[in-house]
Amino acid sequence: MSELILEGIYKDFPTHRVVDGITLTIPQGCFYSLLGPSGCGKTTTLRMIAGFDEPDRGLIKLAGRTLNGLRPYERPVTTVFQSYALFPHLTAAENVAFGLRRRKDPDTAKKVRDALELVQLSAKADRLPAKMSGGERQRTALARALVLEPELLLLDEPLSALDPALRKQMRVELKELQARVGITFLFITHDQEEALSLSDRIAVMHQGRIEQMGSPQEIYLTPATRFVAGFLGAVNWVGDVGVRPELTRISRERPPSGMRVKESTVSSAMFLGDCFRVEAQTAAGQSLVAQIAHGLGQFERGERVHLWWDPSDEMALPE
Amino acid sequence: MKRLLPLYVIAIYAFLHVPLLILCGFSFNSSKFTVWEGFSLVWYEAMWNDGALAEATLNSLVIAVVSTVVATAVGTLGAYGLWKKNSRLLSGSMYLSLVTPEIITGIAMLATFQWAFRYLHLQLGMTTVILAHVTFSMAYVLLVVMARLRTADPALEEAALDLGATEWQAFRLVTLPMLKPGIAAAALLAFTVSFDDYVITALVAGVDSETLPMVLYAMARRGANPVVSAISTVIFVGLGLLIVVSERLQKA
Repeated sequence: MSELILEGIYKDFPTHRVVDGITLTIPQGCFYSLLGPSGCGKTTTLRMIAGFDEPDRGLIKLAGRTLNGLRPYERPVTTVFQSYALFPHLTAAENVAFGLRRRKDPDTAKKVRDALELVQLSAKADRLPAKMSGGERQRTALARALVLEPELLLLDEPLSALDPALRKQMRVELKELQARVGITFLFITHDQEEALSLSDRIAVMHQGRIEQMGSPQEIYLTPATRFVAGFLGAVNWVGDVGVRPELTRISRERPPSGMRVKESTVSSAMFLGDCFRVEAQTAAGQSLVAQIAHGLGQFERGERVHLWWDPSDEMALPE
Repeated sequence: MKRLLPLYVIAIYAFLHVPLLILCGFSFNSSKFTVWEGFSLVWYEAMWNDGALAEATLNSLVIAVVSTVVATAVGTLGAYGLWKKNSRLLSGSMYLSLVTPEIITGIAMLATFQWAFRYLHLQLGMTTVILAHVTFSMAYVLLVVMARLRTADPALEEAALDLGATEWQAFRLVTLPMLKPGIAAAALLAFTVSFDDYVITALVAGVDSETLPMVLYAMARRGANPVVSAISTVIFVGLGLLIVVSERLQKA
Protein backbone atom coordinates (compact mmCIF):
# COMPACT_ATOMS: atom_id res chain seq x y z
CA MET A 1 0.00 0.00 0.00
CA SER A 2 1.52 3.29 -1.02
CA GLU A 3 0.19 5.45 1.75
CA LEU A 4 1.93 8.59 2.91
CA ILE A 5 2.72 8.83 6.58
CA LEU A 6 3.99 11.93 8.35
CA GLU A 7 5.21 11.25 11.88
CA GLY A 8 5.86 14.11 14.27
CA ILE A 9 7.17 16.61 11.72
CA TYR A 10 8.74 19.79 13.07
CA LYS A 11 10.32 22.64 11.11
CA ASP A 12 11.76 25.88 12.49
CA PHE A 13 12.50 29.00 10.51
CA PRO A 14 15.00 31.50 11.96
CA THR A 15 12.24 33.58 13.52
CA HIS A 16 9.56 31.05 14.44
CA ARG A 17 8.35 27.46 14.30
CA VAL A 18 6.49 26.86 11.03
CA VAL A 19 5.49 23.24 11.42
CA ASP A 20 4.80 22.19 14.98
CA GLY A 21 4.41 18.44 15.21
CA ILE A 22 2.37 17.13 12.32
CA THR A 23 1.29 13.50 12.21
CA LEU A 24 -1.05 12.21 9.54
CA THR A 25 -1.71 9.29 7.24
CA ILE A 26 -2.95 9.67 3.69
CA PRO A 27 -4.38 6.47 2.23
CA GLN A 28 -3.53 5.43 -1.31
CA GLY A 29 -5.75 6.96 -3.99
CA CYS A 30 -7.14 9.59 -1.64
CA PHE A 31 -7.80 13.21 -2.58
CA TYR A 32 -6.43 14.80 0.58
CA SER A 33 -6.38 18.53 1.32
CA LEU A 34 -4.26 20.55 3.70
CA LEU A 35 -6.44 23.57 4.38
CA GLY A 36 -5.37 26.63 6.29
CA PRO A 37 -4.67 30.35 6.18
CA SER A 38 -1.41 31.66 4.73
CA GLY A 39 1.48 31.12 7.10
CA CYS A 40 -0.09 28.05 8.73
CA GLY A 41 2.74 25.80 7.56
CA LYS A 42 0.91 23.94 4.80
CA THR A 43 3.29 24.95 2.01
CA THR A 44 6.33 24.13 4.15
CA THR A 45 4.80 20.71 4.81
CA LEU A 46 4.41 20.16 1.07
CA ARG A 47 7.98 21.29 0.44
CA MET A 48 9.28 18.78 2.96
CA ILE A 49 7.36 15.96 1.28
CA ALA A 50 8.69 17.03 -2.14
CA GLY A 51 12.23 17.24 -0.76
CA PHE A 52 12.86 20.98 -1.21
CA ASP A 53 13.12 21.36 2.58
CA GLU A 54 14.09 18.85 5.24
CA PRO A 55 12.18 18.53 8.51
CA ASP A 56 14.13 19.27 11.70
CA ARG A 57 12.48 16.26 13.31
CA GLY A 58 10.04 13.57 12.26
CA LEU A 59 9.65 10.96 9.56
CA ILE A 60 8.15 11.08 6.09
CA LYS A 61 7.25 7.65 4.74
CA LEU A 62 5.74 6.74 1.41
CA ALA A 63 4.79 3.13 0.65
CA GLY A 64 6.83 2.00 3.65
CA ARG A 65 9.97 3.76 2.45
CA THR A 66 11.47 6.66 4.39
CA LEU A 67 11.87 9.75 2.23
CA ASN A 68 13.92 11.80 4.70
CA GLY A 69 17.27 12.80 3.25
CA LEU A 70 16.38 11.85 -0.34
CA ARG A 71 16.89 14.54 -2.98
CA PRO A 72 13.71 15.71 -4.78
CA TYR A 73 14.73 13.74 -7.89
CA GLU A 74 14.99 10.55 -5.86
CA ARG A 75 11.42 10.74 -4.55
CA PRO A 76 8.45 9.11 -6.33
CA VAL A 77 6.57 12.38 -5.83
CA THR A 78 5.83 15.17 -8.31
CA THR A 79 4.46 18.65 -7.81
CA VAL A 80 2.10 21.08 -9.52
CA PHE A 81 3.45 24.47 -8.48
CA GLN A 82 1.36 27.50 -7.64
CA SER A 83 3.10 29.44 -10.44
CA TYR A 84 3.06 26.23 -12.57
CA ALA A 85 6.82 26.75 -13.08
CA LEU A 86 6.61 25.70 -16.73
CA PHE A 87 9.97 25.90 -18.49
CA PRO A 88 9.54 29.03 -20.63
CA HIS A 89 11.85 27.89 -23.44
CA LEU A 90 10.08 24.56 -23.93
CA THR A 91 6.75 23.80 -25.62
CA ALA A 92 3.90 22.06 -23.83
CA ALA A 93 5.02 18.68 -25.20
CA GLU A 94 8.68 19.32 -24.31
CA ASN A 95 7.69 20.38 -20.81
CA VAL A 96 5.74 17.14 -20.40
CA ALA A 97 8.65 15.13 -21.84
CA PHE A 98 11.21 16.70 -19.46
CA GLY A 99 10.90 14.13 -16.67
CA LEU A 100 10.62 11.15 -19.04
CA ARG A 101 13.82 12.23 -20.81
CA ARG A 102 15.67 12.36 -17.48
CA ARG A 103 14.64 8.74 -16.99
CA LYS A 104 15.54 7.93 -20.61
CA ASP A 105 12.08 6.42 -20.97
CA PRO A 106 11.87 4.59 -24.33
CA ASP A 107 8.14 5.35 -24.62
CA THR A 108 8.53 9.09 -24.16
CA ALA A 109 6.74 10.15 -27.34
CA LYS A 110 3.69 7.98 -26.69
CA LYS A 111 3.47 8.86 -23.02
CA VAL A 112 3.65 12.58 -23.80
CA ARG A 113 0.84 12.21 -26.34
CA ASP A 114 -1.30 10.29 -23.85
CA ALA A 115 -0.66 12.77 -21.05
CA LEU A 116 -1.57 15.74 -23.24
CA GLU A 117 -4.70 13.93 -24.32
CA LEU A 118 -5.58 13.22 -20.69
CA VAL A 119 -5.66 16.95 -19.99
CA GLN A 120 -7.25 17.76 -23.39
CA LEU A 121 -4.25 19.68 -24.64
CA SER A 122 -3.25 17.66 -27.71
CA ALA A 123 -3.99 20.59 -30.01
CA LYS A 124 -1.61 22.88 -28.10
CA ALA A 125 1.36 20.47 -27.88
CA ASP A 126 3.74 22.79 -29.76
CA ARG A 127 2.85 25.95 -27.92
CA LEU A 128 5.29 27.81 -25.65
CA PRO A 129 4.02 28.71 -22.15
CA ALA A 130 4.03 32.43 -23.03
CA LYS A 131 1.42 31.73 -25.72
CA MET A 132 -0.89 29.72 -23.46
CA SER A 133 -3.92 30.78 -21.41
CA GLY A 134 -3.91 30.30 -17.64
CA GLY A 135 -5.99 27.16 -17.94
CA GLU A 136 -3.70 25.68 -20.60
CA ARG A 137 -0.65 26.34 -18.44
CA GLN A 138 -2.28 24.62 -15.54
CA ARG A 139 -3.16 21.58 -17.67
CA THR A 140 0.41 21.41 -18.96
CA ALA A 141 1.72 21.50 -15.40
CA LEU A 142 -0.68 18.69 -14.45
CA ALA A 143 0.30 16.58 -17.46
CA ARG A 144 4.01 17.17 -16.77
CA ALA A 145 3.66 15.93 -13.20
CA LEU A 146 1.25 13.05 -13.92
CA VAL A 147 3.13 11.60 -16.88
CA LEU A 148 5.82 10.31 -14.49
CA GLU A 149 3.14 8.20 -12.74
CA PRO A 150 4.18 9.35 -9.25
CA GLU A 151 2.97 7.55 -6.17
CA LEU A 152 1.88 10.92 -4.84
CA LEU A 153 1.01 14.18 -6.59
CA LEU A 154 1.46 17.39 -4.62
CA LEU A 155 -0.63 20.39 -5.69
CA ASP A 156 0.32 23.78 -4.24
CA GLU A 157 -2.73 26.05 -4.58
CA PRO A 158 -2.93 25.15 -8.28
CA LEU A 159 -6.22 26.97 -8.87
CA SER A 160 -5.39 30.27 -7.20
CA ALA A 161 -3.90 31.89 -10.32
CA LEU A 162 -7.05 31.29 -12.40
CA ASP A 163 -10.02 33.60 -12.77
CA PRO A 164 -13.13 32.58 -10.79
CA ALA A 165 -15.11 31.01 -13.67
CA LEU A 166 -12.17 28.93 -14.85
CA ARG A 167 -11.37 27.98 -11.27
CA LYS A 168 -14.77 26.37 -10.84
CA GLN A 169 -14.42 24.49 -14.12
CA MET A 170 -10.89 23.27 -13.31
CA ARG A 171 -12.14 22.12 -9.92
CA VAL A 172 -14.51 19.70 -11.64
CA GLU A 173 -11.81 18.57 -14.07
CA LEU A 174 -9.27 18.05 -11.30
CA LYS A 175 -11.66 15.84 -9.38
CA GLU A 176 -12.45 13.77 -12.49
CA LEU A 177 -8.78 13.51 -13.37
CA GLN A 178 -7.90 12.20 -9.93
CA ALA A 179 -10.64 9.59 -10.12
CA ARG A 180 -9.36 8.48 -13.53
CA VAL A 181 -5.64 8.20 -12.73
CA GLY A 182 -6.13 6.89 -9.18
CA ILE A 183 -2.99 8.61 -7.91
CA THR A 184 -2.98 10.02 -4.37
CA PHE A 185 -3.42 13.81 -4.52
CA LEU A 186 -2.22 16.05 -1.71
CA PHE A 187 -3.85 19.40 -2.32
CA ILE A 188 -2.73 22.56 -0.53
CA THR A 189 -5.25 25.39 -0.33
CA HIS A 190 -6.49 28.29 1.75
CA ASP A 191 -9.87 28.18 0.00
CA GLN A 192 -12.34 26.25 2.14
CA GLU A 193 -14.88 25.90 -0.68
CA GLU A 194 -12.21 24.31 -2.88
CA ALA A 195 -11.16 21.92 -0.14
CA LEU A 196 -14.74 20.97 0.76
CA SER A 197 -15.79 20.30 -2.82
CA LEU A 198 -12.70 18.36 -3.95
CA SER A 199 -11.47 16.34 -1.03
CA ASP A 200 -12.09 12.88 0.34
CA ARG A 201 -10.33 13.96 3.53
CA ILE A 202 -9.24 17.33 4.86
CA ALA A 203 -6.70 18.33 7.50
CA VAL A 204 -7.22 21.86 8.76
CA MET A 205 -3.94 23.52 9.75
CA HIS A 206 -3.42 26.48 12.04
CA GLN A 207 -0.13 27.85 13.39
CA GLY A 208 1.86 24.82 12.33
CA ARG A 209 -0.51 22.25 13.79
CA ILE A 210 -3.39 20.16 12.56
CA GLU A 211 -6.55 21.33 14.28
CA GLN A 212 -8.79 18.66 12.82
CA MET A 213 -8.80 15.84 10.31
CA GLY A 214 -11.87 14.32 8.74
CA SER A 215 -14.24 14.15 5.82
CA PRO A 216 -15.51 17.49 4.44
CA GLN A 217 -18.89 16.90 6.12
CA GLU A 218 -17.27 16.08 9.46
CA ILE A 219 -15.12 19.16 9.62
CA TYR A 220 -17.86 21.45 8.35
CA LEU A 221 -20.71 20.08 10.46
CA THR A 222 -18.82 19.04 13.58
CA PRO A 223 -15.75 21.25 13.82
CA ALA A 224 -13.42 20.40 16.68
CA THR A 225 -12.36 23.96 17.43
CA ARG A 226 -13.67 27.49 17.03
CA PHE A 227 -10.88 28.14 14.53
CA VAL A 228 -12.03 25.27 12.29
CA ALA A 229 -15.67 26.33 12.56
CA GLY A 230 -14.83 29.90 11.62
CA PHE A 231 -12.36 29.04 8.88
CA LEU A 232 -14.78 26.74 7.07
CA GLY A 233 -17.66 29.17 7.04
CA ALA A 234 -19.55 31.92 8.81
CA VAL A 235 -20.76 31.19 12.35
CA ASN A 236 -23.24 32.92 14.67
CA TRP A 237 -21.66 32.61 18.10
CA VAL A 238 -24.03 32.65 21.06
CA GLY A 239 -22.02 32.05 24.21
CA ASP A 240 -20.39 28.62 23.95
CA VAL A 241 -22.34 27.48 20.94
CA GLY A 242 -22.26 28.41 17.30
CA VAL A 243 -24.70 27.92 14.48
CA ARG A 244 -24.22 28.35 10.74
CA PRO A 245 -26.16 31.21 9.06
CA GLU A 246 -27.74 28.78 6.57
CA LEU A 247 -29.20 26.80 9.47
CA THR A 248 -30.50 29.95 11.14
CA ARG A 249 -34.16 30.71 10.32
CA ILE A 250 -36.01 33.97 10.47
CA SER A 251 -39.74 34.61 10.85
CA ARG A 252 -42.27 37.20 11.96
CA GLU A 253 -44.45 34.65 13.70
CA ARG A 254 -43.39 32.72 16.76
CA PRO A 255 -41.28 29.63 15.81
CA PRO A 256 -42.32 26.10 16.83
CA SER A 257 -41.55 25.05 20.39
CA GLY A 258 -38.27 23.35 21.12
CA MET A 259 -36.37 25.78 18.93
CA ARG A 260 -33.72 28.17 20.21
CA VAL A 261 -35.14 31.69 19.64
CA LYS A 262 -33.56 35.15 19.64
CA GLU A 263 -35.82 38.22 19.42
CA SER A 264 -34.07 40.63 17.09
CA THR A 265 -34.33 43.71 14.90
CA VAL A 266 -33.31 43.50 11.24
CA SER A 267 -30.28 45.72 10.66
CA SER A 268 -29.64 44.82 7.04
CA ALA A 269 -31.13 42.63 4.32
CA MET A 270 -29.07 41.83 1.24
CA PHE A 271 -30.05 39.99 -1.91
CA LEU A 272 -27.13 37.76 -2.91
CA GLY A 273 -28.60 36.20 -6.03
CA ASP A 274 -28.96 32.65 -4.77
CA CYS A 275 -30.24 33.69 -1.34
CA PHE A 276 -30.99 36.53 1.06
CA ARG A 277 -28.58 37.46 3.82
CA VAL A 278 -30.38 39.05 6.73
CA GLU A 279 -28.46 40.53 9.61
CA ALA A 280 -30.29 41.23 12.86
CA GLN A 281 -29.43 42.61 16.30
CA THR A 282 -30.58 40.93 19.50
CA ALA A 283 -31.76 42.95 22.47
CA ALA A 284 -28.32 42.36 24.01
CA GLY A 285 -26.78 44.07 20.96
CA GLN A 286 -25.41 40.91 19.40
CA SER A 287 -25.33 40.62 15.65
CA LEU A 288 -26.62 37.40 14.05
CA VAL A 289 -26.88 36.41 10.42
CA ALA A 290 -29.48 34.26 8.68
CA GLN A 291 -29.06 33.09 5.14
CA ILE A 292 -32.45 32.20 3.70
CA ALA A 293 -33.90 30.95 0.44
CA HIS A 294 -36.05 33.23 -1.73
CA GLY A 295 -39.31 31.53 -0.89
CA LEU A 296 -38.99 32.36 2.80
CA GLY A 297 -40.13 35.95 2.49
CA GLN A 298 -38.54 39.38 2.49
CA PHE A 299 -37.56 41.40 5.51
CA GLU A 300 -37.12 45.13 5.95
CA ARG A 301 -34.55 47.01 7.95
CA GLY A 302 -35.88 47.90 11.42
CA GLU A 303 -38.44 45.09 11.43
CA ARG A 304 -38.88 43.05 14.67
CA VAL A 305 -38.31 39.36 13.92
CA HIS A 306 -37.54 36.00 15.53
CA LEU A 307 -34.21 34.40 14.69
CA TRP A 308 -34.23 30.73 15.54
CA TRP A 309 -32.61 27.38 14.96
CA ASP A 310 -32.84 23.75 15.88
CA PRO A 311 -30.65 23.07 18.96
CA SER A 312 -29.39 19.89 17.23
CA ASP A 313 -27.72 22.13 14.62
CA GLU A 314 -25.65 23.84 17.30
CA MET A 315 -21.89 23.36 17.50
CA ALA A 316 -20.82 23.34 21.12
CA LEU A 317 -17.35 24.90 21.16
CA PRO A 318 -16.40 26.65 24.41
CA GLU A 319 -13.92 29.48 23.97
CA MET B 1 2.15 68.97 -27.68
CA LYS B 2 1.53 66.36 -30.37
CA ARG B 3 3.68 68.25 -32.85
CA LEU B 4 6.35 69.10 -30.30
CA LEU B 5 7.03 65.50 -29.34
CA PRO B 6 8.50 64.39 -32.73
CA LEU B 7 10.61 67.57 -32.77
CA TYR B 8 11.87 66.78 -29.30
CA VAL B 9 12.82 63.24 -30.35
CA ILE B 10 14.58 64.54 -33.46
CA ALA B 11 16.48 67.06 -31.33
CA ILE B 12 17.66 64.35 -28.93
CA TYR B 13 18.80 62.08 -31.75
CA ALA B 14 20.56 65.00 -33.44
CA PHE B 15 22.31 65.88 -30.20
CA LEU B 16 23.48 62.28 -29.85
CA HIS B 17 24.40 61.47 -33.43
CA VAL B 18 25.29 64.65 -35.34
CA PRO B 19 28.92 64.74 -34.08
CA LEU B 20 29.33 61.16 -35.25
CA LEU B 21 27.80 61.97 -38.63
CA ILE B 22 30.16 64.91 -39.03
CA LEU B 23 33.09 62.65 -38.20
CA CYS B 24 31.81 60.10 -40.73
CA GLY B 25 31.42 62.80 -43.36
CA PHE B 26 34.95 64.14 -43.01
CA SER B 27 36.39 60.64 -43.25
CA PHE B 28 35.32 60.76 -46.92
CA ASN B 29 36.78 64.27 -47.49
CA SER B 30 39.72 64.54 -49.87
CA SER B 31 41.19 67.40 -47.83
CA LYS B 32 43.14 66.89 -44.60
CA PHE B 33 41.33 69.85 -43.06
CA THR B 34 37.77 70.40 -41.89
CA VAL B 35 36.76 72.03 -45.17
CA TRP B 36 34.83 69.91 -47.66
CA GLU B 37 36.78 69.52 -50.92
CA GLY B 38 35.28 66.42 -52.48
CA PHE B 39 34.61 62.71 -51.96
CA SER B 40 37.59 60.42 -51.55
CA LEU B 41 38.54 57.08 -50.01
CA VAL B 42 42.14 58.15 -49.55
CA TRP B 43 41.96 58.05 -45.73
CA TYR B 44 40.49 54.58 -45.75
CA GLU B 45 43.36 53.52 -47.96
CA ALA B 46 45.83 55.12 -45.55
CA MET B 47 44.12 53.34 -42.67
CA TRP B 48 44.30 50.02 -44.49
CA ASN B 49 48.03 50.40 -45.13
CA ASP B 50 48.93 51.55 -41.62
CA GLY B 51 50.79 48.67 -39.94
CA ALA B 52 50.62 50.11 -36.42
CA LEU B 53 46.85 50.51 -36.70
CA ALA B 54 46.44 46.94 -37.91
CA GLU B 55 48.48 45.62 -35.01
CA ALA B 56 46.54 47.70 -32.49
CA THR B 57 43.25 46.51 -33.97
CA LEU B 58 44.33 42.90 -33.72
CA ASN B 59 45.42 43.48 -30.09
CA SER B 60 42.09 45.12 -29.26
CA LEU B 61 40.12 42.26 -30.84
CA VAL B 62 42.15 39.56 -29.07
CA ILE B 63 41.81 41.35 -25.74
CA ALA B 64 38.09 41.99 -26.21
CA VAL B 65 37.29 38.41 -27.31
CA VAL B 66 39.33 36.70 -24.60
CA SER B 67 38.17 38.98 -21.78
CA THR B 68 34.54 38.74 -22.97
CA VAL B 69 34.60 34.93 -22.97
CA VAL B 70 36.22 34.75 -19.53
CA ALA B 71 34.18 37.56 -17.97
CA THR B 72 30.90 36.17 -19.34
CA ALA B 73 31.57 32.64 -18.08
CA VAL B 74 32.86 33.70 -14.66
CA GLY B 75 30.32 36.52 -14.31
CA THR B 76 27.32 34.33 -15.21
CA LEU B 77 28.30 31.70 -12.65
CA GLY B 78 28.93 34.49 -10.14
CA ALA B 79 25.51 35.99 -10.75
CA TYR B 80 23.94 32.55 -10.32
CA GLY B 81 25.78 32.10 -7.03
CA LEU B 82 24.78 35.54 -5.75
CA TRP B 83 21.17 34.86 -6.72
CA LYS B 84 21.18 31.56 -4.82
CA LYS B 85 22.84 33.18 -1.82
CA ASN B 86 20.41 36.09 -2.02
CA SER B 87 22.65 38.46 -0.06
CA ARG B 88 21.93 42.13 -0.43
CA LEU B 89 25.35 43.13 0.80
CA LEU B 90 27.16 40.98 -1.76
CA SER B 91 25.02 42.05 -4.73
CA GLY B 92 25.04 45.67 -3.63
CA SER B 93 28.82 45.75 -3.48
CA MET B 94 28.86 44.88 -7.20
CA TYR B 95 27.76 48.44 -7.92
CA LEU B 96 30.86 49.70 -6.15
CA SER B 97 33.07 48.59 -9.01
CA LEU B 98 30.79 50.41 -11.48
CA VAL B 99 30.85 53.74 -9.65
CA THR B 100 34.59 53.64 -8.94
CA PRO B 101 36.23 56.16 -11.33
CA GLU B 102 38.15 54.34 -14.05
CA ILE B 103 41.34 56.18 -13.28
CA ILE B 104 41.27 54.85 -9.72
CA THR B 105 40.51 51.31 -10.88
CA GLY B 106 43.41 51.61 -13.33
CA ILE B 107 45.88 52.88 -10.75
CA ALA B 108 44.75 50.21 -8.28
CA MET B 109 45.33 47.50 -10.88
CA LEU B 110 48.69 48.88 -11.81
CA ALA B 111 49.69 48.87 -8.14
CA THR B 112 48.42 45.30 -7.77
CA PHE B 113 50.34 44.10 -10.80
CA GLN B 114 53.56 45.81 -9.70
CA TRP B 115 53.19 44.24 -6.28
CA ALA B 116 52.56 40.82 -7.81
CA PHE B 117 55.51 41.15 -10.20
CA ARG B 118 57.86 41.06 -7.22
CA TYR B 119 56.86 37.42 -6.79
CA LEU B 120 55.98 36.41 -10.33
CA HIS B 121 58.15 36.66 -13.42
CA LEU B 122 55.70 38.76 -15.37
CA GLN B 123 55.60 42.20 -16.89
CA LEU B 124 52.99 44.60 -18.20
CA GLY B 125 51.58 43.37 -21.51
CA MET B 126 48.67 41.51 -23.08
CA THR B 127 48.18 39.34 -19.98
CA THR B 128 47.81 42.26 -17.62
CA VAL B 129 45.49 44.10 -20.02
CA ILE B 130 43.28 41.01 -20.39
CA LEU B 131 43.21 40.50 -16.60
CA ALA B 132 42.21 44.12 -16.09
CA HIS B 133 39.51 43.91 -18.76
CA VAL B 134 38.09 40.70 -17.28
CA THR B 135 37.88 42.46 -13.93
CA PHE B 136 35.91 45.50 -15.00
CA SER B 137 33.71 43.83 -17.64
CA MET B 138 32.77 41.04 -15.21
CA ALA B 139 30.94 43.61 -13.06
CA TYR B 140 28.73 44.47 -16.05
CA VAL B 141 28.08 40.79 -16.77
CA LEU B 142 27.12 40.17 -13.15
CA LEU B 143 24.67 43.05 -13.10
CA VAL B 144 23.01 42.21 -16.42
CA VAL B 145 22.64 38.49 -15.63
CA MET B 146 21.45 39.22 -12.09
CA ALA B 147 18.76 41.53 -13.47
CA ARG B 148 17.53 38.65 -15.63
CA LEU B 149 17.63 36.20 -12.71
CA ARG B 150 15.65 38.54 -10.49
CA THR B 151 12.68 38.27 -12.86
CA ALA B 152 12.94 34.46 -12.98
CA ASP B 153 10.56 32.16 -11.13
CA PRO B 154 12.60 30.50 -8.34
CA ALA B 155 10.29 27.48 -8.64
CA LEU B 156 11.71 26.64 -12.09
CA GLU B 157 14.78 24.85 -10.76
CA GLU B 158 12.73 23.14 -8.09
CA ALA B 159 10.37 21.95 -10.82
CA ALA B 160 13.33 20.49 -12.71
CA LEU B 161 14.56 18.67 -9.57
CA ASP B 162 11.03 17.50 -8.91
CA LEU B 163 10.87 15.95 -12.38
CA GLY B 164 14.05 13.98 -11.88
CA ALA B 165 16.85 16.35 -12.90
CA THR B 166 19.97 16.60 -10.78
CA GLU B 167 21.16 20.07 -9.66
CA TRP B 168 23.60 20.21 -12.58
CA GLN B 169 20.93 19.15 -15.10
CA ALA B 170 18.52 21.71 -13.67
CA PHE B 171 21.12 24.44 -14.20
CA ARG B 172 22.11 23.28 -17.68
CA LEU B 173 18.65 22.41 -19.03
CA VAL B 174 16.49 25.05 -17.38
CA THR B 175 18.38 27.97 -15.85
CA LEU B 176 21.00 28.41 -18.55
CA PRO B 177 18.56 28.40 -21.53
CA MET B 178 16.33 30.80 -19.64
CA LEU B 179 19.31 33.12 -19.07
CA LYS B 180 20.50 32.98 -22.68
CA PRO B 181 19.19 36.42 -23.77
CA GLY B 182 20.67 38.00 -20.64
CA ILE B 183 24.01 36.27 -21.17
CA ALA B 184 24.11 37.43 -24.81
CA ALA B 185 23.37 41.01 -23.79
CA ALA B 186 26.01 40.80 -21.06
CA ALA B 187 28.63 39.44 -23.48
CA LEU B 188 27.90 42.23 -25.96
CA LEU B 189 28.27 44.82 -23.22
CA ALA B 190 31.50 43.21 -21.99
CA PHE B 191 32.86 43.24 -25.54
CA THR B 192 32.10 46.91 -26.10
CA VAL B 193 33.42 48.13 -22.74
CA SER B 194 36.59 46.15 -23.35
CA PHE B 195 37.00 47.28 -26.94
CA ASP B 196 36.73 50.99 -26.17
CA ASP B 197 38.47 51.22 -22.82
CA TYR B 198 41.33 53.69 -22.78
CA VAL B 199 42.13 54.83 -19.24
CA ILE B 200 42.66 51.48 -17.50
CA THR B 201 44.25 49.92 -20.57
CA ALA B 202 46.78 52.73 -20.98
CA LEU B 203 47.86 52.28 -17.36
CA VAL B 204 48.39 48.52 -17.43
CA ALA B 205 49.53 48.05 -21.07
CA GLY B 206 53.10 47.21 -22.04
CA VAL B 207 55.05 47.76 -25.23
CA ASP B 208 53.49 44.77 -27.03
CA SER B 209 49.90 45.54 -26.08
CA GLU B 210 48.96 48.90 -27.57
CA THR B 211 45.23 48.85 -28.27
CA LEU B 212 43.22 50.69 -30.89
CA PRO B 213 41.91 53.41 -28.52
CA MET B 214 45.49 54.07 -27.39
CA VAL B 215 46.74 54.49 -30.97
CA LEU B 216 43.74 56.62 -31.93
CA TYR B 217 44.24 58.84 -28.90
CA ALA B 218 47.89 59.38 -29.75
CA MET B 219 47.01 60.18 -33.39
CA ALA B 220 44.22 62.57 -32.45
CA ARG B 221 46.51 64.44 -30.06
CA ARG B 222 48.97 65.10 -32.85
CA GLY B 223 46.27 67.17 -34.63
CA ALA B 224 43.29 66.64 -36.91
CA ASN B 225 43.83 63.43 -38.80
CA PRO B 226 41.17 62.08 -41.19
CA VAL B 227 42.57 58.56 -40.71
CA VAL B 228 41.20 58.77 -37.16
CA SER B 229 37.81 59.71 -38.63
CA ALA B 230 37.98 56.77 -41.02
CA ILE B 231 38.79 54.19 -38.36
CA SER B 232 36.20 55.68 -35.99
CA THR B 233 33.59 55.26 -38.72
CA VAL B 234 34.57 51.63 -39.20
CA ILE B 235 34.34 50.94 -35.46
CA PHE B 236 31.01 52.75 -35.19
CA VAL B 237 29.51 50.78 -38.08
CA GLY B 238 31.05 47.53 -36.83
CA LEU B 239 29.60 47.84 -33.33
CA GLY B 240 26.26 48.91 -34.82
CA LEU B 241 26.18 45.72 -36.89
CA LEU B 242 27.10 43.67 -33.81
CA ILE B 243 24.09 45.09 -31.95
CA VAL B 244 21.75 44.37 -34.87
CA VAL B 245 23.04 40.79 -35.15
CA SER B 246 22.72 40.14 -31.42
CA GLU B 247 19.16 41.51 -31.42
CA ARG B 248 18.32 39.11 -34.25
CA LEU B 249 19.94 36.21 -32.42
CA GLN B 250 18.01 36.96 -29.25
CA LYS B 251 14.71 36.93 -31.09
CA ALA B 252 15.49 33.69 -32.90
